[in-house]
Amino acid sequence: MAGAAAFDPRPGHLLQPARFRLSRPEIRALVSTTTVAFYLLATLMTASSLGVALSHNIVYSAFALMGALLGAAGIFVLLGADFVGVVQLLIYVGGILVLSLFAIMLTHRIADVQVSNRSVGRGVATVLIGLVLVGMMRVAVRATWVTSDVAAPAPTTYGVGTAFLSDFVLPFEIASLVLLVALIGAVMVSRKELRG
Amino acid sequence: MDGLSVQHFIVLSAIVFCLGLFCVVTRRNALGILMGIELILNSANINYVAFARYGGGAYDGQIFAIFVIMLAAAEAAIGLAIVLGIYQTFDTIDVDATDRLRG
Repeated sequence: MAGAAAFDPRPGHLLQPARFRLSRPEIRALVSTTTVAFYLLATLMTASSLGVALSHNIVYSAFALMGALLGAAGIFVLLGADFVGVVQLLIYVGGILVLSLFAIMLTHRIADVQVSNRSVGRGVATVLIGLVLVGMMRVAVRATWVTSDVAAPAPTTYGVGTAFLSDFVLPFEIASLVLLVALIGAVMVSRKELRG
Repeated sequence: MDGLSVQHFIVLSAIVFCLGLFCVVTRRNALGILMGIELILNSANINYVAFARYGGGAYDGQIFAIFVIMLAAAEAAIGLAIVLGIYQTFDTIDVDATDRLRG
């Protein structure tokens, strides 16, 4: 069965350790590249989230949200979840963000230079949410996270698809029903004839 | 990934979550509040994928992340339709102006 063995779509097939085993300096370079990539993406995400939370113009907030979503997609790829990263790009950046921009343009006069993006109670919110952040940081740093050995990154699409159609087939079908209902509901809510 | 541990990703996710929460609490523009909710959902997704990566490499975490993205798409469609409905009724999307049901 040489033909059957020629294509084996299981994860890990594309990464043959014997062929791509790296010498020690190269491994060190790889690790530092990963770390540098993480800190770059984390900086992008934090700065963009600050822009979303603090910007005075809602259009600037939307574009900062694009930076945060792109950073999250990069983090997913860094974590070896290539399929989730691509889904994030397609649905969030390509869909939800464009939808948000459409909503901004439809609900404000486009000619307005100052698009209202009011904030209230920033001082109190900063104190309270700072306390929440400190608590979360304490938990994140002090807790002992049970982790197992991290395997080499492998293509995940095969495994995710198999899981969707075997273990998670009922949630998968319910999800498609939810999307259909949401689509119909969005059309019904935003139709003009239903008002009054 | 020797230089990184799961804590790095949890701390990043906590920061993004708190900024999203700040956005939801302080914004008075309905679209700004929806953007804060997107940030919160993204931080939860980072946790899911990080735990999937460091917890044995099963696909459950990635599946949950995909479900969260799917629900976020449905939430955005419904939420933006409601925002457009509010705009048609009140001529503004400032959530302080929509107090018709206040007693």
